Amino acid sequence: MNIVKAPNLIRTTGLGSCVGLVLYDQVRRIAGMVHVMLPSSSLSKSGPVNVAKFADTAVPQLAAKLVQKGARVPALKAKLAGGAQMFQFSGGSDLMRIGPRNVEAVLEQLKILRIPVVAEDVGGNSGRTIEFNADTCILQIRTVNKGTNEI
Amino acid sequence: MSFLTRISDIHLDILKEIGNIGAGHAATSLSTMLKRKIDMKVPSVRIVSFDEMMEMAGGSESLVAGVFLRIEGDAPGSMFFLLPIEQAEKYIQQLLGDSTISFRNPPYDELGLSVLQELGNILSGSYLTSLSDFTHLSLLPSVPGLGIDMAGAVLSYGLMEISQAGDYAIVIDTVLNEEEASVSTRVKGHFYLLPDPDSFAVIFKSLGVETNE
Repeated sequence: MNIVKAPNLIRTTGLGSCVGLVLYDQVRRIAGMVHVMLPSSSLSKSGPVNVAKFADTAVPQLAAKLVQKGARVPALKAKLAGGAQMFQFSGGSDLMRIGPRNVEAVLEQLKILRIPVVAEDVGGNSGRTIEFNADTCILQIRTVNKGTNEI
Repeated sequence: MSFLTRISDIHLDILKEIGNIGAGHAATSLSTMLKRKIDMKVPSVRIVSFDEMMEMAGGSESLVAGVFLRIEGDAPGSMFFLLPIEQAEKYIQQLLGDSTISFRNPPYDELGLSVLQELGNILSGSYLTSLSDFTHLSLLPSVPGLGIDMAGAVLSYGLMEISQAGDYAIVIDTVLNEEEASVSTRVKGHFYLLPDPDSFAVIFKSLGVETNE
């Protein structure tokens, strides 16, 4: 979980079933990114939880951190990418469709916080590297086979 | 997480031996299939953060072909057979005797993909069989999944189970090399065995070592 101010960039590499979520305040030119691995902290089997890892803890935490650094709640917007299905299994336990579940969980949290989703590039079955420019508020998504995409 | 604080050198040595036995059998299978001499490095066992694990595979953005399978049974876990993309191509070209097969641009050659998946299946199978014989545990591999993509994207899938319990993984990493080849053309593969957190106690117990000394 990291926060940047323009003109800095923020990026995360090799997103598979994880979801990369960016929250930003375009006017104040501040953005934060979080790399969500699992949908819910209730899945955690250990005591102290790493809040950045779970959708239900990471999203509110990121929003709170941004506000602390000067972003305004009503101005926050979201862009997200990731949540791919990297392997296809015939049987498939619930853990195997973790990508879509991560996306659902992140969207649900955004809905609770009333943060509008401006753009998303989710699902599919390829890994992504994403980079957000706090200046232009463009999220650049690079995949191995489909080149670079901007949202 | 508490388990990691209790792990001792003896435990790490046992895990290393597990990697040694498993990968040794897999190397033999690979050598038989390719009709080449395959060299195996001494396995390394490391407790790593997820980021460090990506680094072990050459960085989270490096392109790899990974065969992933879940281990079910007495000691559940995840297993990867990971090859850099060029080396996966080399293996498959060699096995099929067709030098046009490429995994650079989709759609990939279907036969090539199928052979690669089967290769991973056979190697992981021989790894697990020997491990199962050694520990007398029932270890059942799932149908393997094949992913050709960024290492980070492929590996994070196998970390799902572990990430529910903490931010670190115990990785048993064994490197396979092709002997008699110049350094640049060497075929190099990684085996990652990632037992689920609860499985360590089971594995150690099966070998007569207690975890809570």
